[in-house]
Amino acid sequence: MKRYSLSSIFTEAFRDNLGWEKAWTKRQPKKEYQIIIVGGGGHGLATAYYLAKNFNMTDIAVIEKGWIGGGNTGRNTTIIRSNYLQESSIGIYEKSRFLYETLSQDLNYNIMFSPRGVLMLCQTEHELRAMKRTSHANRINGVDTKMVAPEEVKEIVPIININGPRFPVLGALWQPRGGTARHDAVAWGYARKCSDFGIDIIEQCEVIGVKKKREKIVALETTKGNIKAKKVCFVAAGHSSVLADLAGFRLPIESVALQALVSEPIKPMIDCVVMANTVHGYLSQSDKGELVIGGGADGYNNYSQRGSFHHIEETVRALVETFPVISRLRQLRQWGGIVDMTGDRSPIISKTPVDGLYINCGWGTGGFKAIPGSGWATAEMIYNERPGKLASPFSIDRFSEGRLIDESAAAAVAH
Amino acid sequence: MLNIYCPICQRDCDETELSCGGQAHLIRRDHASSDKDFYEYLYERKNGKGIIFERWRHVYGCGKWFHTARCTLTNQVFGSYSAKEVQPPKSILATIRRSRVDFKGWVK
Ligand SMILES: Cc1cc2nc3c(=O)[nH]c(=O)nc-3n(C[C@H](O)[C@H](O)[C@H](O)COP(=O)(O)OP(=O)(O)OC[C@H]3O[C@@H](n4cnc5c(N)ncnc54)[C@H](O)[C@@H]3O)c2cc1C
Ligand SMILES: [Zn+2]
Repeated sequence: MKRYSLSSIFTEAFRDNLGWEKAWTKRQPKKEYQIIIVGGGGHGLATAYYLAKNFNMTDIAVIEKGWIGGGNTGRNTTIIRSNYLQESSIGIYEKSRFLYETLSQDLNYNIMFSPRGVLMLCQTEHELRAMKRTSHANRINGVDTKMVAPEEVKEIVPIININGPRFPVLGALWQPRGGTARHDAVAWGYARKCSDFGIDIIEQCEVIGVKKKREKIVALETTKGNIKAKKVCFVAAGHSSVLADLAGFRLPIESVALQALVSEPIKPMIDCVVMANTVHGYLSQSDKGELVIGGGADGYNNYSQRGSFHHIEETVRALVETFPVISRLRQLRQWGGIVDMTGDRSPIISKTPVDGLYINCGWGTGGFKAIPGSGWATAEMIYNERPGKLASPFSIDRFSEGRLIDESAAAAVAH
Repeated sequence: MLNIYCPICQRDCDETELSCGGQAHLIRRDHASSDKDFYEYLYERKNGKGIIFERWRHVYGCGKWFHTARCTLTNQVFGSYSAKEVQPPKSILATIRRSRVDFKGWVK
């Protein structure tokens, strides 16, 4: 792999940019691997990357049915924050945010991490109280957040309307180190490094069956033939239940469509991320100038990757009330992704009933921010054949054992 | 926007009038059941990609529950039936089979 650097840009500028290599090599599957990761989204690629980087494992394939980053990793609104309520969540999300800070250098790929600050508005008394509680929990766990008053909110975001009429802003939870990153770049950067480590990235290859011998995994059936493996990890977000079905078990997961949209590009008008959980909408501005907008998920299970129209209307209505200045903007694009929801709105990083088969899923509406930390923790689990400190609270058993990691307040709006 | 027939009001309703109650025909468990059964009842859903049978409530209408058959991939709705049914009626299964030759029938 040729390094990206100032001198490489300089050199290429003088030879018509003809010397750039493909970021990663597209491979056909070998007969057998030590480890197969199913799903070429951020979490799958990061898992493969940290297996190589932290544990020297490189006999690995990442199998993707479509293209790298074509799932939720390339469809999200890129908010990165770690202001969660429970200790175990803070552990993994803060690890992740911390890894994001130097990820561009680590991957030698500009993921455009922009710690521009995340502001979570409080628009009811209950929300204000809940956010105060969250900010205390953050303090105790060393996450840098604080409560700010309405006037300060107005100072941070001059275009905001804090006076209601329906839901005046009563305060906000401010995480200055939160922000955004370029979602595609995260997937591409990890894929490039994986490829450099000798990991096979296999696109256009769908897993359609699981071969087991006495409840131990032995091979995967794919649209490119059977591939043997000692260990397999499913990292397929919204399609996790479909894969679990193939392996003969069920998951505590329901899949729904979540949508986002962007406006036409305009001059810079907002330099942080604002989330309004009560009215259900959030917004930031991309480097291209588009307002990136998201809201609620569909109220019923589906794999349609489109989403209901009325959700878009509700989201936009809520945001126009909060930011009257955006009312005349036109929508440029809208899209949907299939998100994997758990009952407690926390992820699953776990062993499964099948020996040698691991799973990472349940990130639902908020897993982009968790990609580096989750990959780190999942790699550790696969290598050691048991979850480490970061992952162990997130095992599937927690549901039957009643150890839910309740983040339904922290994840109130889909993000 | 989904358009679903309410068998009680006997008319088609917009998705915005309705609220989805998830997988239908669950076996209700109580405190006397085993941990495994109770876990299944609370959390494990089929969540399949394809035909599903689910509960809907006409919240901004008659307020009553009913059941519907729908494809989670295309969102095609195959019809509704009474919430009193313990399994999908033959007529609904026949409707599904007419447009989905590979439909394997309802499994518990
Ligand atoms: C509209 C929207 C907005 C969001 N906003 C945010 C946000 O602001 N902040 C945030 O933190 N999170 C956000 N999220 C959530 C975030 O996008 C996801 O949690 C995260 O990207 C999940 O990554 P992943 O790698 O697990 O899944 P994915 O990126 O979906 O990757 C899974 C891959 O598995 C592949 N696959 C599935 N089945 C098979 C099979 N049988 N064989 C082979 N491959 C298979 C898929 O093609 C897919 O590429 C948002 C999501 C959406 C949809
Ligand atoms: Zn009705």
